[in-house]
Order: sequence, then structure tokens, then C-alpha cells
Amino acid sequence: MNLRPDPGRAWRSMVRAKWPLLAVAILAVVVVVAAFGPWLAPLDPERQSIASRLSPPGTTGPQGITHWLGSDVLGRDVLSRLLYGARISLLVGLAAIMVGGTLGTLAGLVSGYFGGWVDDVTMRLGDMQLAFPFVLLAIMFLVVLGPGVGNLVLVLGIGQWVTYARIVRAETLALREKEFVEAARALGDSTTTILFRTILPNTVAPLTVIASFNVASVILTEAALSFLGLGVPASVPTWGSMLAESRDTLLANKWWLAVFPGVAIMLTVLSFNIIGDWLRDALDPRLRERQ
Amino acid sequence: MGILVARRLLQSVVVILGVTLISFIALHAGGDPTYLFVSERATPEEIALVRQALGFDRPLHVQYLSFVADLARGDFGTSLSYRQPALDIVLGAFPATIELAVFAFAIAIVVAIPLGVVAALNRGTAVDGSITMLGLLGQSIPNFWMGIMLILFFGLYLRWFPISGHVPFLVPLLNGDLATALGNLPRTLYFLVMPGLAVATYSLARNTRLVRSSMLEVLGQDYVRTARAKGLSEQVVVVHHALRNAWLPVVTMVGLEFGFLLGGVVVTETVFSYPGIGRLLFNAINQRDIPVVQAGVILLAGNFILLNTVVDLVYARLDPRVSLTRGRR
Repeated sequence: MNLRPDPGRAWRSMVRAKWPLLAVAILAVVVVVAAFGPWLAPLDPERQSIASRLSPPGTTGPQGITHWLGSDVLGRDVLSRLLYGARISLLVGLAAIMVGGTLGTLAGLVSGYFGGWVDDVTMRLGDMQLAFPFVLLAIMFLVVLGPGVGNLVLVLGIGQWVTYARIVRAETLALREKEFVEAARALGDSTTTILFRTILPNTVAPLTVIASFNVASVILTEAALSFLGLGVPASVPTWGSMLAESRDTLLANKWWLAVFPGVAIMLTVLSFNIIGDWLRDALDPRLRERQ
Repeated sequence: MGILVARRLLQSVVVILGVTLISFIALHAGGDPTYLFVSERATPEEIALVRQALGFDRPLHVQYLSFVADLARGDFGTSLSYRQPALDIVLGAFPATIELAVFAFAIAIVVAIPLGVVAALNRGTAVDGSITMLGLLGQSIPNFWMGIMLILFFGLYLRWFPISGHVPFLVPLLNGDLATALGNLPRTLYFLVMPGLAVATYSLARNTRLVRSSMLEVLGQDYVRTARAKGLSEQVVVVHHALRNAWLPVVTMVGLEFGFLLGGVVVTETVFSYPGIGRLLFNAINQRDIPVVQAGVILLAGNFILLNTVVDLVYARLDPRVSLTRGRR
């Protein structure tokens, strides 16, 4: 079966399915916002203004500044903070996937290709990690290591490696016995060459599918950790930390502080999930059974 | 079946040991924990005394081994902030979490099965499309934000449900006070509605999609066609032939999901100020109350492993092929 991605077929199926197009459009907006947030934001996200604190959406303050999505307890503009927050959410999500994906792919390749005790140890480690609610582990490490983008990426990345390792291992196990791998071995290719140039390219399709679902779940976890005050430092606006701050004004019914960051998270995660769903169908129908 | 149980138990011990090791390392990774228990003005001599008293002066592996040895005797140590046995504190918060998790779990299953079946039976229609899309949406909402939205709308705006609090049901029940337990039950459920919904959203969405795809697969099988050809009513075909077989992947997934649910409980409990193990653990981690964290973590992991074992056994019972192939290994 040919599992290589086929861009032409992928595009046609995307146009047919409609939802993925919408998801890609939403994600494009998020990416643009993440990249150009500082230029797009109407105000400095850190700019405080006691006079216009907690203004509802659409209020024009005393200095003639309109807060389209309202302002928070310190009078900071919600829209501007939201635009800045996109950058951290996306950055953390993608970086964590890189860390987890790299670790997991390496572990899966080695595990699947060599088998034996290496395989046993790696897979049992994975079982052990999955036998435990990951959020607890992440909380524990972040409390000890302290909040920060680097620590967050590391912890979230380590949380994801098992998924990649399992998929890549299964693929490697199957590919190891294939004629073209045997041929490479017979031609005297080094193990590294076989692993990275012969086997790895054939695992790209399932990896892409897993990664897009994974970005979604990592963004959700990041939001939860930031909500608990364990994400990035408090001074950096993120969607999760904006929600954490909204808790204090919830009883006073300042709904806009809680609604908008949540909607931003939801739309972003939803888009990744829709794209993941569609990618799974378009690139690798076999994965549907394995999920 | 016996071999399967023995294997799972052995695995469980290894996993629990691993979990204790990981949590031990995590809490020591930040440096000498002695500094958490002395005032900022303590002299070096005082610090040394405290370190010795708490046993933090011993080599790490000795500390870990003595911890595991105590554990084997059922001693989880004394909480550093509550000055009570850590296990008692964790066990005290556990019933509330069980109530929340079971309630959420029930919502996630009871609502998901009919939704998934309806979607599968109406494949390709607008009904199917809406249910599938709602499923995707449910998997994209952070459960704590769901909690906040429920608080805003049903708690503060409509004033239908309380936004925090908890009425115990399990505690009086375990104490043998059946009358109080049953008397409390309506209010217990009433207080559980909002946190329960918040915790359940993700699992509900995932289960619905799972039931749908599982049903679709089964409905295409030959024996379903045979059943229809025999002239059985659609209801009998769906309930007795299709659903019975569509169960299997759902049961496996549902077991795994309980761990996910427990993870979600931590954050959601914080949103609703719910007096369960999640909030307790979160506070204990912030105070570096190592014994309480360890006891809570081991209890949660132990529960998760126990549940998975049960799921395996149920699975073997639902599908006779499973126990045969595994038992012979």
C-alpha cells in the first residue's frame, strides 16, 4: 500500500470536506496573529489604566480608547492581551510536539528495529507513564522546576513521547521485514542510514496525523497548567493565565474576561482536531482502526 | 484467567514502584527540601538539625528505600503541614473525588451511547453531522473553562445550580449511616451537576465518537445482514446484534479514560473549590508536603491500575476470544 502523502489528493479531499478548509482558515488567522500580534494589537498588553478598569466590551474609555473586548482588573486591554497570548499558546504547543515527537520517534525506531531488552525497557517505561494521569506528573515537575516557557515545553514534550514511540515502533516492526529494508542492509548501508533514510520517511504519514491531534491536546494541557499558575510567568499574557485571572472577577459577573480567552483556546484546538481527523482519513485510512 | 490476573498484579507492583520513584525524584529535583521546613532566618545549625530530624541528610537512595519499606508496611509518613498521617488526609478527601468521578463517568457513558448509536444509524445525515461536530467541539473545550462557563450561565445568570460546595454521600454510607446517606443523595447529586458536567465533557464527546465508529463497523458485518435477512426487527438487530459487539472497543477506551478523568478532576476541583483529592494534591504540591503528595499520587495510580485490570477482565468476559488467547500465552 502506498502511504506516501499525496498533496493533490489531499487538497481535493479537503475542498470536498469543507470543515477542514474552515479549520485551516482559523489556524491561518491564529498563526498570523501569533506572528504579528505586536503590530496588530491596538494597545500595549501591559498598559494599565485605573480609569478604565473592568470596562465591558465596546466601551470607550476616558482617553478615547475603545476596548473592543473589554478591559481587565488592571485596565489592560483584553483584545491586545488575547493577540499576544496566541504566540505563547502556539509556540508552546509546537515546541512540545517537537520535543515529544523527536524523543518518541527515536525511541520507537530503536525499539522497533533492535527489539530485545531495549524494546522491553522502553515500552515498559511508556506503560508506566501512561499508568498515571499526566496532569499530576506535570504539576509535580513544574512546581519543583518553577514556571517558565522552557520548563513547560520540556514537561509537555516528555508527556507526549509515548504516543509517538508506540506508533513508530509498530511501523518499524512491520517495515523491518520489508524487502527494500533488507535490500538496504544487503547493500551495506549503516544502521543509522537504514533507520533515518529508509524507515523514517515511511512513518511520516501516521506521525503527521498523531502530531496534529497532539498539538490540540498539548494546547489544552498548557491552558490547564497556566490556569493553575504553573505555566509561563505571570507577567506574560497567555490564554490560560487570562482565564486564571478571570476567576477573581467571576462572581462580579465580568463575563468577558472568562469568555474570550476560552473561545480562542476552543477555536484553535477545534481546528487542530478537525485537521487531524481529516488528515487521518486522507493520508492513512489504516489509522482509523488503530485510534 | 488466573494467569492474566497474576500478570496484571505483577505489572501493577512494578508500575506503582515506578510511580513512587518518579514522584520522589520530582520532589527532590528542586534541591534540598529541608529549606521548606525552616524559617528564612534559621541559622545553619538549625537547618542541619532539621535536616537530620527529617532524614534529608541521608543519601537519596537510602531515603527512597526507607520510604518504600515504610510503604510496604502501610506507612505513608506524616503530613508536614497537617501533622497527621498522610494516608488519613488523602483518604479523607478521596470519597468526594470518587463521587465526582463516578458521576462524570456515568454522564459520559449514559449520554454517549444513545448519541453514538443515533449518529451511526443516521450515517451521513444532518443528525449524524451535528452529533459528530458536537463531539469534536466537546473534545476541544478545556474542562476547566467548561466549568467557568457553567458557573457563569447556570450558576450566576440563571441561578439553577450552586457554584461550589459538596454534600457527602459516600462518607455517611461508609459509616453505616444509610438514612443520612440516602437523605443526602438528592442534594449530593444537585451539587455534583455542574462540576460533573465540566469533568465529563471531554469523555462524553470522545465516547460518542467511539460508539458511533464502532457501531458503523459492526453494522457493516455479515451477521448483522444475516439478522436483518432473518426478518428480525431493527430494534433487536441494533440492541442484541450490533450494540453487544460494538461494546468491546468502548469498554477498553472507557477504562483508559478514567485516568484522564482523574487528571481533569484536579483542575476542575480547583475551579469549583470542590473538597476532593485533586484540590488537596494541588495544595500539597504547592506546600511541598511530600508525604501527602506521595500518598495521593500512589492512591490515584493504584486506582487507575486496578481499574485497568478490571477492564481487562470485563473485556475477557465480554469477548471469549480474548481470555483464550491470553491465557495460553
